[in-house]
Amino acid sequence: MRQKIKVADISKTAREPLTHLEGRDLMPLPPPYDGPAGQHDWPPLPAQTLAGCECFLDDTCVVNFPQPKTKQEEDELVGKFLSGLEKLFNRDNNWTFLQPLVLTMEHCTKCQTCSDACHIFEASGRNEIYRPTFRTEIVRRLYFKYVKRGGLLSAWQHGDIQLNWPLVARLLELCYRCNLCRRCAQACPIGADNGLVARELRKVFSQEMGITAKELHEKGSMLQLRVGSSTGMNAAAVRDNMDFIDEDTSERAGIAVKTPWDVEGADILLIHNAGEIVAWPDNPGAFALLLNAAGISWTLSSELAGYDSINYGVFYDDAQFARVAIKHAEAARKLKVKKIVLGECGHAHKALTLIADRVLTGDLNIPRESSLTLLRDIVTSGRIRFDPARNDFPVTLHDPCNLVRLMGVVEPQREILRKLCPQFREMEPHGVMNYCCGGGSGFAIISGNNFQDWRFQVSGRKKLLQILTAFEDCLDPSIPKYVCAPCSNCKGQFRDMFTYYGLWEKHRILYGGLVELIVNAMSDVKPGFLEWEWH
Amino acid sequence: MVSTIAIYAVLYASLAVFVVASIVRAAGYARLPLHLRWEIYPVPHEEKGRAAHGGSYFEMKDWWTQPAKFNRSGELKAMLAEMLFLKGLWEFKKKTWYRSYPFHLGLYLLFGATALLFSSAFLWIVAPRSWAAGPGIVLHGACVILGPAGIGLTLAGAAGLLLQRLTDADLKPYTTPADIFNLLFFIVAAGFLAAGYLWRGKGSFSAFALARGLLTFDAGLRVPALFGFGLVLGALLVAYIPLTHMSHFIAKYFTYHSVRWGDQPNGRGSGIEKRIAEMLTYRPTWAAPHIGADGAKTWAEIAITNPAQGGKK
Repeated sequence: MRQKIKVADISKTAREPLTHLEGRDLMPLPPPYDGPAGQHDWPPLPAQTLAGCECFLDDTCVVNFPQPKTKQEEDELVGKFLSGLEKLFNRDNNWTFLQPLVLTMEHCTKCQTCSDACHIFEASGRNEIYRPTFRTEIVRRLYFKYVKRGGLLSAWQHGDIQLNWPLVARLLELCYRCNLCRRCAQACPIGADNGLVARELRKVFSQEMGITAKELHEKGSMLQLRVGSSTGMNAAAVRDNMDFIDEDTSERAGIAVKTPWDVEGADILLIHNAGEIVAWPDNPGAFALLLNAAGISWTLSSELAGYDSINYGVFYDDAQFARVAIKHAEAARKLKVKKIVLGECGHAHKALTLIADRVLTGDLNIPRESSLTLLRDIVTSGRIRFDPARNDFPVTLHDPCNLVRLMGVVEPQREILRKLCPQFREMEPHGVMNYCCGGGSGFAIISGNNFQDWRFQVSGRKKLLQILTAFEDCLDPSIPKYVCAPCSNCKGQFRDMFTYYGLWEKHRILYGGLVELIVNAMSDVKPGFLEWEWH
Repeated sequence: MVSTIAIYAVLYASLAVFVVASIVRAAGYARLPLHLRWEIYPVPHEEKGRAAHGGSYFEMKDWWTQPAKFNRSGELKAMLAEMLFLKGLWEFKKKTWYRSYPFHLGLYLLFGATALLFSSAFLWIVAPRSWAAGPGIVLHGACVILGPAGIGLTLAGAAGLLLQRLTDADLKPYTTPADIFNLLFFIVAAGFLAAGYLWRGKGSFSAFALARGLLTFDAGLRVPALFGFGLVLGALLVAYIPLTHMSHFIAKYFTYHSVRWGDQPNGRGSGIEKRIAEMLTYRPTWAAPHIGADGAKTWAEIAITNPAQGGKK
């Protein structure tokens, strides 16, 4: 039986993990995943990582922060952490999220309603360290003790906590065990937001201490601000790639496709997640084909970051978030477009359309909307002929959290699927009550050490169960099936997780975007636009 | 018998503390700066068809050209369902709802009974004939039903919540001594009030007489010791609530209206844009090198610098 972990254990000085997950502890999966097929060997952290890095929270490690060499170094880091924590509750430093954070700190009733809503907590077999309130309770105790300068009475009221380096090092990892899907916040009767607390913690580490997951910062927002895209593609490279995609799409569709670049005065600046161009070229190809066929005035931009809607700052750093959002808006302003349309990427939608709404002012406040509404209008307008029989296979829809629960874009994608996919079926629950794919908050691009095992076995487990359940009447591999995921980040998680569990080989389950399904059903396109073997 | 004037003083002082502390807390939250948008759907003031599936105005093409529709009845319905029936808890944690709802309903009934009692007493003072003609009797009758029901439900709910806190494996590790104290406070205060009232002695005293006495500062009223003790405990509890996390009746206004349902877009030249413009002048001091904050640069200046290109704009 697993040892019960208490909040105070976060300060344990022994350099050993607080918990260890075994396959038998995890939420059960249906056959054949309840046996060896579903229980992969979980490789331990490499000895070198364990010896040199602060990795003593659980079985994995995201940040790989090097061990401090001296007690003095540890104390300095604790001091910086405390300084950052105080800044979180200061107007000048954190006006961006001060009100929701203070309300969350001061009004949680610890009823644990949030815990039942969290897919990570459930999938882990209700492991205490993944409980949404575990992390928050630590921060809350630190808030009342060190920020509000509470004494004994405060400790009696809110609980005490010992601030030391092991606590800080474990919190650094613990804030990267949450997908920031905010399903917990949706369930909270008070309106407290444990997802926000995880994000604010990431901010303390990034904005004050300069510590974060390298995939989000060095290889993410910094690379994007340096060359234009977190994929590493500069403007010339992205145009080359799009030229190739145009050629390939033209050949496969039997319709000439040309992507317009830097068209001043176009109605729409379309910004894709550049990951699509590299990893799922069918998606930008299908967009180009469809928008041209519908007679839309649109363009891509070759400005710095203007061709990559990724904004990883939304997961860990307000300054980086604002900088990238402003770059996107500047690209649109330069081209004098009427509006920005976001491609199929959930976090990019939320970042630029909704969160940046209170950063972009004046002539940078250019209207922004989802590509899903545009696609819905094209499909329902009658301008293009469709043959739904081409999509006559089981299709289910994944709701990206950032696009659906956190932005309210629920129906446009469903209208399209109901019209074009005769065998469309919902996952349960769906819509705003959906579960995260398990790759949210940047996890889909984090793969160091054995973190992939964690995100497939734990954070992605609930979604895997949902997908298998949605297709339970047709799991036979003779029937091809499609998980429609209109989000690059979610597709990244599905690509890796489906491979991990062998979903294609065992059940012929493919994942992909929405626009590919639309183009696949276009009567004027050569049949077979979807490449089933490409998974 | 305890000093009637002392009891009056405690009751008035407690009420004053409750009002002032609640206002201070609410004002404190209201003064916090406008935050970035962080809503969660469903948002009930969305247009009716969209609110049903949790949709937003982002589902409309060119949404900024459409007239903004605020579905007041949808929001009111959602607010009432949450306030009167704790709908969120019912949906997501029924086990706790069965304890929490009687507790909250009991408090609502007690609040209602108190308000009716004082209305009745006030009417008796200013228009005794009208009081005797019927309204007073109706109000008094309502108090007789609501008051005991409120006390009973509060006691049962608080006891149920306390038991859950002490025994539930999910709740126990997160329960502080103050959580236990708070629930015990409710149980003890409600218990003494009920016991004091039940055993006050025939014809010696009534809640109506107390309300009348409080409004007229009638020093001649004799309050039995046991009931007086219950009154003082109840009054202290009322004063204590807004000093603790139990003041979530204040917090929920902000967590719902400002955060969860805060979907008001920022239009050019709007009031929101003016408020943002002010916040962009704040001067952060975050220490990480890539932020480039020095306490002199504004938030806006930081946001337009590019740390990956040597800080150029």
